[in-house]
Parts: sequence; C-alpha cells; structure tokens
Amino acid sequence: MPDSAPILTKQDMARCIGRLAESIRDSCPGDELALVGIYRRGVPLAERVFTLLKSHYQSLLLGRVDITLYRDDLKNLEMMPKLVGSDIPFDLDSKHVILFDEVIYTGRTSRAGLDELLDHGRPKQVQIAALIDRGGRELPIHADFVGEKLQVAPHQRISVCFEEVDGEDAVYVREGGRR
Amino acid sequence: MTPRKDLLDIQSLTDEELDFILTNAVPFKNLFKRSVKKVPTLRGRTVLTLFYEPSTRTRSSFEVAASRLSADVINFSVNTSSVVKGESVLDTISTLEAMRTDYVVVRHGMSGIPNLIARNTTASVINAGDGFHAHPTQALLDVFTLKEVFGGDLRGSRIAFIGDIQHSRVARSTNLLCRRMGMSTAMLAPGSLIPRDTPPEIAAFTNWDQVFAWKPDVIYLLRVQMERQNVPFIPSIGEYHRIYGLTDERLKRVRDSGIYVMHPGPVNRGVELNDSVMTYERCLINQQVENGIAVRMSVLYWLKPGSVEGTGS
Repeated sequence: MPDSAPILTKQDMARCIGRLAESIRDSCPGDELALVGIYRRGVPLAERVFTLLKSHYQSLLLGRVDITLYRDDLKNLEMMPKLVGSDIPFDLDSKHVILFDEVIYTGRTSRAGLDELLDHGRPKQVQIAALIDRGGRELPIHADFVGEKLQVAPHQRISVCFEEVDGEDAVYVREGGRR
Repeated sequence: MTPRKDLLDIQSLTDEELDFILTNAVPFKNLFKRSVKKVPTLRGRTVLTLFYEPSTRTRSSFEVAASRLSADVINFSVNTSSVVKGESVLDTISTLEAMRTDYVVVRHGMSGIPNLIARNTTASVINAGDGFHAHPTQALLDVFTLKEVFGGDLRGSRIAFIGDIQHSRVARSTNLLCRRMGMSTAMLAPGSLIPRDTPPEIAAFTNWDQVFAWKPDVIYLLRVQMERQNVPFIPSIGEYHRIYGLTDERLKRVRDSGIYVMHPGPVNRGVELNDSVMTYERCLINQQVENGIAVRMSVLYWLKPGSVEGTGS
C-alpha cells in the first residue's frame, strides 16, 4: 500500500503522540478532562493519548464523534457516507474537552466536530489537538496541541495510518486530493 | 451502491441499500437522547408533504424526521373531499417543480401515483402509501423494530398478520420485507379479506386457535379500514371483534406465550384490539412510532434529489 517512504515512521509517530500527551498533561492539571476523537483517525489518536495519560488523572473520560451529519460538503458527495454514530458516554456539561483529529488543515473538520460537540451539551472549555498541523486554514480555528508541524504543497495529501485502522503506524505524503 | 432519487416500494431496494438504511437508522435514533435532537444535515433543503388521503401519524412522523435534519417542511394541503383526477396530480407536480422542492412525500389512494410523480420531477419522491400497493417506510420501520427486539437476525422468526390483509399496503410491504429477512409469515383474516394472489407458502388461517398453534413470535394487528367498508367485507364490527380481535382472553394467551404485538396505527380500540393491549409489556406500538422517525431520517439522508430521474419499479 505505501507508495513511498513514510515521512514519519512508527517511532516518530510514537514520539509525536508522547509529546502531545505531555503538553496536554502540563497544561490541563485539573480533573473533569475528556478526550474526544473525531471519527475516523482522531479516534485511535485519542485512545493512544488516553492510555498515556490515564494514570495521571483521577478520572479521564474518552468519547468519539462522527461528524458526517455536520459536514459542509455533503451536497457535493455522490453518495452519502455510512454513519458510525457518536459515542459520548458521559455528561459533557462543565467538562474540559480536548477534540482530536489526526491532521488539521482547512479547519472544516474541527468546525464540524465543535458544532457536534456543542449539540451534546455545554462543556466548560474545548481545545483542539492534532497529530499533524499542515497549515492552510480556511476558517478561524487553531490547534491548541500539535504533535508535529509539516509543510507540504497544496496538491499533496498527508495520510496518517494507525495500526488499529490501517494495519501500521506511519505517516505518508501522497500526491493528489485535499487533506 | 449507486445514488437513488426515489423510494417507491420495497422490491426495488437492493440488499445493500436496505442495509444502508437500517444501519444508519441506529445513529439517527441515538440522536433522540441528546439535548439537541437536531442535526444540520439537510439545512436549506425543502421537504414537501403531499397527502391526498388523511393521515396524522405518517405525516407528522415525516415532519419530525425532516425537522430533525434541519430541512424546511411544507404541508401541501390537498382537497381530500373531492375525487382527485389524474390531471390535477400533474398540475400539482408542475407547482412543486416551480417551488423547487427537494423531497416530496406522497400519499395517494390510487396505486402508482407516487411513481407518476417521480417520473415527472427532479425532486426525490418518497411513497408514504399508495392505494393497496406499498408503504415502504412502514415496512422499513417495522423490520427495524423487529431487529431491535430479536437482536439483528430475523431468520426463522414467525410473524402473523391479522385483519384486513386485502386492503392493507402495510401488510403487503411489511410481509414482503419480513419474508426477505428470512421470517416465516402467516395471516388470519375473514375469507373476504385475504388477497386472491396469496402465495401458497403463506399460511392463511381462519381462527385464532390456528394462529396460536402456529407458535408466532409476533402478532401484527392491522387496522380495520372503516373508510374502505363502503362495500361491506365484514358483516359487523362487533362480530369482527369477537372473531378476529385481540380480546382480553386472547391477550392472556399472547402474554403466556411471550408473543410481541405490533400495529401500524392508528388503532381502533374495541375493534382489532382491546384497551388492555396498549399497556401490555410486549406491545411494540410506541417503539414503532419512535423508530418511524429514525428510519425516515435515514431514508431522507440516503436519497439524492435530482440524481437520476424516475428510478424504482
């Protein structure tokens, strides 16, 4: 499946995720912290960070949002995507939420994730974490926690692979397509 | 899977499409537990309900479904008292074309009218019941409900339809879909209300004892359609209730056997069932109503207005 050498290897990815977890731990001392992954690859990312951080918190919560119904480009799709559904198995009110996405680019996914989150309840604070920030924002959204910043050309695509979803841990830069 | 414009019947759905609709209905139903039950998916789209026959349940179910997807909903009032001619249906189509509606939900007393509309508009047409022909969203919500109760796999489960099979598009569509899901089906009705084209593999009973002996898992009561009794198919309502209704005495046997009870609504108390059925713990009527909204949201989400003209059989 890989069409070129990965830009980040399994070890690099582990380091990035570790860095992400560390900066979250340093700036979020309190409890009532909830990690919410944006389906699909924000979910394994949130789970990895959860595993690294859970011993540091008395109660650390984990959830998932499927933002399909909040996308702003559904009209342009030929077929509607199959839904997975969101799973926030706790009361969001007054929680400090960190929303995870594997790559932050235009900011549209994060916007959709934020909107969906706010329809589930009224969190005390929401922050955004991304494994990779590639710049190129089209909306006034910024990532509070970033694992790695990468500069790639607009016609290129960053694809993050997770063992759980793709069978390997690696990040590739590929030609064609947004994201 | 190719995009679809219309939902006109159950037969034209592929297995993949069926699975798509039923699987997506689960996350749609989960939305009902949130503080905000609405999603922005169909923002800026218009859903028009065009009912040539009276309906409270189906119409409001579609309205709630469309509103929860953030679509604008418009009720197109049709004069139901006059006999609606073919020409006026075509006139209505040109009106709704001019209104640039994205989805049209149609109910009509004549079979095939939704089909006719679908062929003449770019809007997505959903059949909400036409004549004795089909009521596909009812069948989908019924099967969705059965899947919830029996845990997904319906193969081998047994369902008996009781009542006015002849005039029931619900019985026709739901029966068809149940059989497709691998269920065994049977029917109990007065001889005058059993369709002549009933295939021999569907058992047709004449009394409740035969139904109980068949050991059904579910009993699906049909509404006695008072409005279709201008040609009398049954001697009297009282007699119908005595012979075919779910009376208290029969409910006891139903309860003892753990049989589930379904009904498409609205119920005629004292005709096809007694009051006590409504509080029976395995009565699925309210669950059917709730699931109807989720399934209709799923159908609206799936269809692609303007994609292909006049698909479906």
